[in-house]
Amino acid sequence: MTGVGSADSVGTAVRRLDGPLKVTGNARYAAEQPETEPLYAHLIQSTVARGRVSSIETAEAEAVEGVAGVLTRHNAPALASTEDPEMRVLQSDEVAYRGQIVAVVLAGSAHVATQAANLVRVEYAESEHDVELPDGDSSRLVDAGIDSDVDTGGVDEAWESAQARVDVTCTTPLEHNNPMEPHATVATWADGQLTLHDSTQGVHATRSAVEALFGLEHVRVISPYVGGGFGSKGLPHAPLVAAGLAAMAFPGRAVKVTVTRQQMFTLVGHRPATVQRLRLAADHSGRLVSLSHDIAVSASRVKDYVEQAGAPSGTMYASPQRRIRHRMAELDLPAPTWMRAPGECPGMFGLEVAVDELAEQCGMDPIDFRIRNEPETDPSSGLPFSSRNLLRCLQVGAERFGWGERSWRRGRGQHGIGVASAAFPAFQIPGSRARIVFTGERYRVEIGAADIGTGTWTALAQIAADALEVPLDDVDLRIGDTALPKASLAGGSSGLASWGGTVTEAAREFRDEHGKDPVDGAETTSKMPRNPDAGQYSMHAFGAQFAEVRVDADTGEIRVPRMLGVFAAGRIVNPRTARSQLVGGMIMGVSMALHEHSALDPRFGHVVNHDFAGYHIASNADVGDVEATWVDEHDPHVNSVGVKGIGEVGIVGAAPAIANAAYAATGVRVRDLPLTLDSFLR
Amino acid sequence: MNPFDYERASDARGAVAAVAARPDAQFLGGGTNLVDHMKLGVAQPGMLVDVTRLPFDSVEARPEGGVRVGGMMRNSELAADPLIREWYPVLAQALLAGASGQLRNLATTGGNLLQRTRCPYFQDLTTPCNKREPGSGCSALHGWNRDHAVLGGSSECVAVHPSDLAVALTALDAVVRLQSPGHDRGLPVHSLYKLPEDDPSHDTVLEHGELITAVDLPEASPHTRSAYRKVRDRASFAFALSSVAAVVEVADGVVQSARIALGGVATVPWRASRAEEVLRGAPATEETFRAAADAELEAAEPLRHNEFKVALTRNTIVAVLRDLAAAEEGSG
Repeated sequence: MTGVGSADSVGTAVRRLDGPLKVTGNARYAAEQPETEPLYAHLIQSTVARGRVSSIETAEAEAVEGVAGVLTRHNAPALASTEDPEMRVLQSDEVAYRGQIVAVVLAGSAHVATQAANLVRVEYAESEHDVELPDGDSSRLVDAGIDSDVDTGGVDEAWESAQARVDVTCTTPLEHNNPMEPHATVATWADGQLTLHDSTQGVHATRSAVEALFGLEHVRVISPYVGGGFGSKGLPHAPLVAAGLAAMAFPGRAVKVTVTRQQMFTLVGHRPATVQRLRLAADHSGRLVSLSHDIAVSASRVKDYVEQAGAPSGTMYASPQRRIRHRMAELDLPAPTWMRAPGECPGMFGLEVAVDELAEQCGMDPIDFRIRNEPETDPSSGLPFSSRNLLRCLQVGAERFGWGERSWRRGRGQHGIGVASAAFPAFQIPGSRARIVFTGERYRVEIGAADIGTGTWTALAQIAADALEVPLDDVDLRIGDTALPKASLAGGSSGLASWGGTVTEAAREFRDEHGKDPVDGAETTSKMPRNPDAGQYSMHAFGAQFAEVRVDADTGEIRVPRMLGVFAAGRIVNPRTARSQLVGGMIMGVSMALHEHSALDPRFGHVVNHDFAGYHIASNADVGDVEATWVDEHDPHVNSVGVKGIGEVGIVGAAPAIANAAYAATGVRVRDLPLTLDSFLR
Repeated sequence: MNPFDYERASDARGAVAAVAARPDAQFLGGGTNLVDHMKLGVAQPGMLVDVTRLPFDSVEARPEGGVRVGGMMRNSELAADPLIREWYPVLAQALLAGASGQLRNLATTGGNLLQRTRCPYFQDLTTPCNKREPGSGCSALHGWNRDHAVLGGSSECVAVHPSDLAVALTALDAVVRLQSPGHDRGLPVHSLYKLPEDDPSHDTVLEHGELITAVDLPEASPHTRSAYRKVRDRASFAFALSSVAAVVEVADGVVQSARIALGGVATVPWRASRAEEVLRGAPATEETFRAAADAELEAAEPLRHNEFKVALTRNTIVAVLRDLAAAEEGSG
């Protein structure tokens, strides 16, 4: 073995340890799990948005050679829990949204399953449906029951008497997460044990959900590699339930369920639409005196989920008067879910566009306006910030990006630059455990964590190596399996903070128990330590986003040639994977700003553009010079490893920076996402 | 996907006979559209006759002038061909504006011309569509129709023809060579397509079994300039919201000749003959270009979500003509 004593791995740009496996195709994703004679599932989805299945004819499909069977509500196993309507797959004839699973065809090949599915005849008794989010004045909106909604009581009076004020409505559309790897599950029911190879952001979270649903114990979930999740793989969805039901109906045979790209637009969640009315007012010195953020969100009858777009208005600016209100419309839509920076991302769009407008009204530079309105303590809770380096991000960014001339013309190109702030809470989820075993040569570090493409395999190993004071090569990390100690899920940008703290604690206890020269097989298991500062500080990562936009004077085509994000996110464990994650967030922000829009057809209740030809995300040619960097930040309070998550803060603020740049370029203020060329046509 | 028979054709005559013999047979080129449609259930051929190995994969200068492009020529090879790049820039630019590198490596000339609309309702078996299922209704007319046609539509169909190549070929007055079950024939590209009118189920006038073996490009005049401009929501890998192909000759500040075709805005590759009329013999000025565009777009019938296409197309026509005229000045 090599010597104990080195602790220099964290902070170095280690290449992804799983990189060679991935580029050679040897990292096995869920659907690739080899099985002997598996059954392939084809999910048949409802073609009405609300009603009942009145009849299903399956005989013709069942007669096709190679078909093992067709599961419907008549023959599907019963679930132990039907509390969650999203997960109530094949348990009743009720249809709650268009695209709901109404039957599952199982066959020896995927093609036969699809062919047979065309022969299943489903009849419906259709009811009236409604999928459209009304505007903020509608009587169809009901209070969303958000605890953090606030009203200091004097918002309207302060607004009325202020020197500068804006009253604007910003909207964000329905969006779909769409990771590169669609959801997939390979389920096997054998000897009373259910085993799932699943594409998930948390094997243990999936395990507990599945155990409750099916009334089982000791379900095993395996998920070493995941091709992105963006929140949609945070909790299981209906296709996984279908896989479990099918596996139980065909004991001993593995059942493969792979969600198609089209099905990604119905079965695995989405970001709700928002209509946000912002009323902001400032005094003669540019100090905010009133901030009102009134939000209407689309919601689904099948899931309690509210997109909390008011969150940034509780954190970003000092204002003596403040009102944040969420209302929702319960619609016949599929279940929404977390999508990268839920709440913060659409909410920051509305807030930062409105702030840009108010700064202009005050005759102030938008960065000066933000400096003027920087709060000393958290405006919502009154707690001190564990660290808050937003202004440094803005100042460093302004210098680096060239914040001066805000608009210019080059040929037929109208150029402008814009800025917006970013923030995302620094969460740490308690409950993780880690086990460290000395194997004579190396240290095996076991924790049921997830790598959804972010770099956990590498960054968590770096933390473990430093905590054990050994070289990185001496650490053998094991993640992505419920056979490993329980870990929280990769969600809310909490992963590395939670697992890193857990592994660090385990290393400390291991050394306490076994010293620097442990015997073969020495083993210690410990859990995430409690953070004594939790609840004493307001904890967030911050950032500043800068964008240059070019709008064609003839066609209105809008492109983003240049972006810079400067972040303050605690300790950066691996600069290489961190940069990748932040740049990824910013690029997803370009997609949000310019492209993403799930277009609903209210007559049918479905997303019309349900594939990548219709639902655009940025292509390579849309991504110009994107740079992400950070300021040094030492935060002694946030957690024992000083880490703030960076999975989400990178997307927050990108869209308003682009919208503000487009305004600088053209004088056209667009408050509705996405920004498309029609807004800029003259 | 339903099971189907597959046959690789070794000669054109045999391929045509094989498809003509079965009503449910189709030719298979690069498969970049047909195979997608088979997966979606939009196309359910009982037999595919693979014509990609037929010897129609070259670009040749014709002795009588002009160029013959093989029907099986891959889009990326055609775009890179020196003859095409030098004499027909509008064509090379249109090809390179289409799809992605991977798709262009597979897609063939003939297949590209015969690709079908990307109307999302056409591609979704669960929504009515007159093109896919005659008589079922047009979902796009009162649905999500941002991408749809403002020219050439009917109450039965407003789906846009998606090809960039066909728009450039229309502006070039190209002729499609067809091997037919009856007698072989040639068709100007602009006569290949039919307006939806009351039967949108057939996109072209081709008979079952007719095979595109080549496309003939007329001789390019050394005095003309040509260009293709495609406007879309993102910088690549997207269908046109509007596109303009123009082949123009300007001399002494006067438009001598102009051939213009529009894409992304019409149910067929749209020959802008009204605009051409205004341009011919008129001074090459911004005012003329605008008047020409307005003349063409007078007939536009925008839908709920695509009114912007009228202004967009007008501005794009003007921009393309402005650039071509400026290039002419520069070279003069």
